[in-house]
Amino acid sequence: MSDFLVIDKVSKQFGALTAVDSVSLGIKKGEFFSLLGPSGCGKTTLLRMLGGFETPDSGRIYLDGKDITDLPPNQRRVHTIFQNYALFPTMTVRENIAFPLRIAKLPKAKIDESVDAMLEMIQMKAHAYKYPSQISGGQKQRVAIVRALVDNPQVLLLDEPLAALDLKLRQHMLMELDIIHDQVGITFIYVTHDQGEAMSLSDRIAVMNRGRVEQLDQPAKIYEAPISSFVAAFIGDTNFFAGEIVSAEGDYCTIRCEGFGDIQAFNDRKLAVGQSVHLSVRPEKIHVTTSAPPPEKGAGVNVYSSTVTDIIYQGVYTKFWIKSGERSVSALKPHSRFLLDQEPITWNDKVFMWWHPDDGYMIENFSESDAGLVQTPPDAPKEVSGK
Amino acid sequence: MKPSNTRKGFFAEGVLTAPSFLWLALFFAVPTLIVVSFTFHGHTPNGGVAESWSLVTWRALADPDYPSIIWRTLRISVEVTLWCILLSLPCAYAIARMDKRRRPLIAAAIMLPFWTSFVVRVFAWRTMLHPDGWLQSCYLSYLRCCEWLFNCLPAFLQHALTGLGLASPEPLDPALATALDSEVAVVLVSVYSFLPFALMPIYSAAEKFDFSLMEAARDLGANSFYAFRKIFVPCIRQGIVSAVLMVFIPAIGSYVIPQMLGGTNCVLIGNKIFMRAIQNRNIPHASALATLMAVSVLVPMALTVWWRARQKARDKKKADIGMAAQIPGATV
Repeated sequence: MSDFLVIDKVSKQFGALTAVDSVSLGIKKGEFFSLLGPSGCGKTTLLRMLGGFETPDSGRIYLDGKDITDLPPNQRRVHTIFQNYALFPTMTVRENIAFPLRIAKLPKAKIDESVDAMLEMIQMKAHAYKYPSQISGGQKQRVAIVRALVDNPQVLLLDEPLAALDLKLRQHMLMELDIIHDQVGITFIYVTHDQGEAMSLSDRIAVMNRGRVEQLDQPAKIYEAPISSFVAAFIGDTNFFAGEIVSAEGDYCTIRCEGFGDIQAFNDRKLAVGQSVHLSVRPEKIHVTTSAPPPEKGAGVNVYSSTVTDIIYQGVYTKFWIKSGERSVSALKPHSRFLLDQEPITWNDKVFMWWHPDDGYMIENFSESDAGLVQTPPDAPKEVSGK
Repeated sequence: MKPSNTRKGFFAEGVLTAPSFLWLALFFAVPTLIVVSFTFHGHTPNGGVAESWSLVTWRALADPDYPSIIWRTLRISVEVTLWCILLSLPCAYAIARMDKRRRPLIAAAIMLPFWTSFVVRVFAWRTMLHPDGWLQSCYLSYLRCCEWLFNCLPAFLQHALTGLGLASPEPLDPALATALDSEVAVVLVSVYSFLPFALMPIYSAAEKFDFSLMEAARDLGANSFYAFRKIFVPCIRQGIVSAVLMVFIPAIGSYVIPQMLGGTNCVLIGNKIFMRAIQNRNIPHASALATLMAVSVLVPMALTVWWRARQKARDKKKADIGMAAQIPGATV
């Protein structure tokens, strides 16, 4: 299937700042597509160009085969959900939802019918005659969504729509958004800096950084096989190991990591001996135990004896900072039946950390500046540094 | 519960509002009542108010000139208010969209004329509108151009234009083309004088307006003008209401501008009141004219307020019904 929305080498400059730098994307019809990135990465600018609020300096945007680059916002069948909902304060919920239909000059009976259907969908019939100031944040959000859906746009753009809601409501609206997307089948383009939102909703994610798309893939691929150090560090947390390949046999290779040791890793790109590489290992992939792991669980590969320097209890899991050689490594350990079936681990304990060679991923593009995005251990407690 | 509903709250509110209440009672309500009471007395030849109560002053108001003067005053005040609002809306919109640092500069520029005397400014308009003034000479050159172009046209076109009433075949008479001492001059200079009073409240409302609403409206299919009318204007209606009051009230009582620029062609109620009070030394008559004017403004205003209150109550009822019964197909 050819792409429904095509962004072709689009760039936008604000003074000396390149907000969007030659971005090309193809988005399929009916897809839930996310633009994910830190603030200032150009995702909102890109969205505003899709909405018609900014004109690209170069490049074209095609929607359903038509060039829409220079069309004003009111002439594209593309609607935006704004971060602050942008409900019209002088109109009731009903009038807000009817707004696009009134502009289209539909007959009154038709407008009433569509608005009723939308109110039904978000279960807000009882609030139809209230003003936006009289309803809650979540309700405003829902009204904003159906107002943008009522005249059947080709694409719905969502600009951090959940940022203003509290955590519980956000999780609830996330599910509701998913259901609405399934119901209407319209292409959704979702801009967020929250990886959780992007991961749980999207068919595909484009991770953006400094005006460029770093990686475009399904959520699991983005998380498990990050193409660059930026993606690895921005999505979730990770540990980077820099080293040189000292041996490569079959699917696996051995990386010698100065100040840490040898690490076995899956060699998917068939890199040769002598190449310097960067390996990313997610904290939750690293096991921490007081006794050496049983041989069948890792065959003695990637097992390092180390010392616990810090423990951060976080509810769902506990975060350990452990030191092996000169390296501090972060590891996450979920706990079941709180500590009853687990060996308690405390500060300065001698432990083993280990992971399966498949759980490390060799990053193609590494940049030192991205390493700064990775969490660093808090200052080591005095007892440890005193020894 | 609102604080004013409690005994203590009521007391505190009373104490806080007492000074301004007293001020208004002493210096606004009492003088107004005195003016009204004057109208029920006759006048004495030496300019005083007769002691005995009578309706002689009210009977004297049956001058055939007055209805047309009151009507003209109302019409000009409405015209001036409309022009001021129409000019202020796009202007306030533009200023509110400006860079935050440049806005105080523009606001200062609007207030700048207030530092010169009002009378001097109105007089300046007199020189501009004078048949020898530069505005008038621009207007005359424009008319001469039209005349010259008209004479260049072939005869049948000249006849056609004249026949349609779009041109007059008579040669231009500069004395007739003057704008001075006419209603046009009064409206023009009134708009010029009262524009800042309209602009300021509208601008301060526009400054608080959330311009992302305009983007949302555009996004949902509205063109710029539709969004301006249906979103921007309703959202700043409080500012517009104060602007209307700020312009309409001084326009009704306008005296200096028609006096200096209206000549005998545009006498307003303010001039008549002046004439009766100062020239004829008939204070009761002037008071009656003022009262009549106030009543002719207050009655339509009261009707409007009553009508809007009824409309609001109706809306609320509709909302309650909508919430309770959820009638399908209820009107939007």
